[in-house]
Amino acid sequence: MGLSALAALTACGGGGGGASVSEGTGDITFGSNQSDAVPKAAYQKIIDGFVKESGSKVSINTVDHNTFQEQINSYLQGDPDDVFSWFSGYRMRFFADQGLAGDISSVWDTIGKNFSESFKAAATASDGKQYFVPLSYYPWAVFYRKSVFEDKGYEVPTTLDQMTEISTDMLKEGLDPIAFGDKDGWPAMGTFDILNMRINGYDYHTKLLAGEDSWESDQVKEVFNTWTKLLPYHQKGGLGRDWQETAQGLLQKKSGMYLLGMFVSQQFQDAEGGDALKDLDFFTFPEINPDYGTDSIDAPIDGFMMSAKTQNGGTAKKLLEYLGSAEAEKINADADKGLVGPASNMDTSNYTDLQKKAAEVVGKAKNIAQFMDRDTRPDFASTVMIPSIQAFIKNPKDINNILKDVEAQKKAIFVG
Amino acid sequence: MSTLTQKTRPAKARKVRRYSTTDRVVLALMLGIPALVVLAFVWGPALGSVFLSFTRWNGVTAIQPVGFQNYEQIATIYPPFWPALLNNVIWLLVLALVATPLGLFLAVLLDKNIRGTRIYQSVFYLPVVLSLALVGFIWTLLYSQNQGLINQLSGAHVNWLGNSDINIWAVLVAASWRHVGYIMVLYLAGLKGVDPSIKEAASIDGANQRQTFFRVVFPVLKPINVIVLVVTVIEGLRAFDIVYIINKGTNGLELLSVLITNNIIGEASRIGFGSAIAVILLVISLVFIVTYLVQTFRKEDAR
Repeated sequence: MGLSALAALTACGGGGGGASVSEGTGDITFGSNQSDAVPKAAYQKIIDGFVKESGSKVSINTVDHNTFQEQINSYLQGDPDDVFSWFSGYRMRFFADQGLAGDISSVWDTIGKNFSESFKAAATASDGKQYFVPLSYYPWAVFYRKSVFEDKGYEVPTTLDQMTEISTDMLKEGLDPIAFGDKDGWPAMGTFDILNMRINGYDYHTKLLAGEDSWESDQVKEVFNTWTKLLPYHQKGGLGRDWQETAQGLLQKKSGMYLLGMFVSQQFQDAEGGDALKDLDFFTFPEINPDYGTDSIDAPIDGFMMSAKTQNGGTAKKLLEYLGSAEAEKINADADKGLVGPASNMDTSNYTDLQKKAAEVVGKAKNIAQFMDRDTRPDFASTVMIPSIQAFIKNPKDINNILKDVEAQKKAIFVG
Repeated sequence: MSTLTQKTRPAKARKVRRYSTTDRVVLALMLGIPALVVLAFVWGPALGSVFLSFTRWNGVTAIQPVGFQNYEQIATIYPPFWPALLNNVIWLLVLALVATPLGLFLAVLLDKNIRGTRIYQSVFYLPVVLSLALVGFIWTLLYSQNQGLINQLSGAHVNWLGNSDINIWAVLVAASWRHVGYIMVLYLAGLKGVDPSIKEAASIDGANQRQTFFRVVFPVLKPINVIVLVVTVIEGLRAFDIVYIINKGTNGLELLSVLITNNIIGEASRIGFGSAIAVILLVISLVFIVTYLVQTFRKEDAR
């Protein structure tokens, strides 16, 4: 109940979009949400590189990843760092539209040549200007252990029928065919996304998540029908397991396949003296509807934005130019093997096989989605979709009622 | 007794009514400052929440008034609300009817000066020192489906935290584990204050242990009972940390406090909607507070 006090504090500030930003060249601060050891060290290295090159002073403020996300609203309206880490997609556009992020189109004039059009599109807000510099991304795909597939003679499936076939075989062998853990609610969003894009295509994914189509449509029902048919192959008790525990099942060869982001490799990094990581491979989710084939993939992009309130926009933009350079992206991708760098001209000689494949698979995809909680309103994703998808997994037969509730809540939320 | 108090009352009252200027200033300050603080930091935000509950606001753009829409939506199209309300009631009942009596029972046992009573006291009190967030973490390790201690030792495959039929009970075991220690210490303090001579008197009158406890000792503990009741109600209504640590309060572990947090904290927050849930929780708390105050004042009037 004291929460409104917090809300009142955040009420000051804000304003219309397109504010002009000071071009000062003094010292700046850098807000990082990378609180884990590996990426934290990588960021430090990147900033050191910038400081050495430019002679400007940058101090890093690191905040716990989830806390940073939860406080972003009051952070940006209070006294934000000049440059801060954030995500592309709806989450970037939202703050750009509110005038809380600075226009960095001039930075893109310099770094634009480093990136393909799809990355530029992911950095562009509704006003056609750029507000975001991508640093890294990772694909969502089906991970498996090569040794398990070789031992049992499973072929990498290219259609849903083939995937069902090897799943049946795995059940007979006593494996959990599809590893599944959705205690925290978000991993199953990845399953919904990929089924939706395979069945109804990328454009429908965008339309649905923008609130423009009904959740009670035949297309959405078809997604859940397909999912219902796959549920018997999912590892039981998924709602009580987090992704780390689920990944352990794959590592210990108790599960056959696991649909997750490439960060799953973190759980393999130090296991079996490094051999486990070499044994880890993935394939993109197989084709369901031949009209769309495998032309889309979830590959969320992480990167940076500039605060609209910065007093030293000159230095901030220089830093952003550096962050968008092949050099900075290489430092990051070398340090964290669970992701790849988006710059097309960067040196990838240090990539692991997994990273090479990730860059290749995403490069081949015609459409790159950002994941449900980045492609739709975050309030809709967290307060409506998490409980609804969990309710479906608990009781798939109730899907029509669940979707009725989802649609009613969507109409209530997508007003403003 | 009563004639005596009536005789002394007017004399006392006359004395109290004569305030000097300094007395008045001191009294005004001592009442005024806390009153202002309470108004500013408790009732101000509370009323702010009430105001916000009739609006739609994302924390950035302008606040739009929407009337009772948030309340309507909570009751009709927001599936987690009713389970959350039910879970809060279950939480309160389990703490009041299971954990609290257990705490009293332990206190009575440990009050008997059995050997090693200090050690037992420390053991039972230890969970209270831990934050609920830490308690949640510890029990997550015990309950975890594939790697948890309970399933590993028993060889069972129970989905303790993921099965929405049992997870609330599993979590209540953890919450009670902590609550029992708290209540035990409160009662232990109360029992130490009970005059041994009344127990002696009761046993001379032929009361057995059971009768001595329920007819003599327990009524004497009345002030402690009130505190314990208040503490239990507060713990029941503010329950939050454990379920938030376990799964952010979804899938069978919904609680009003968690729904408020999930809606308000975060990007593009639904502050109006979350405030409406907060107001509902406030009203429920007020029912308990008002009942308690009415009871207390009635007793004072009756004196």
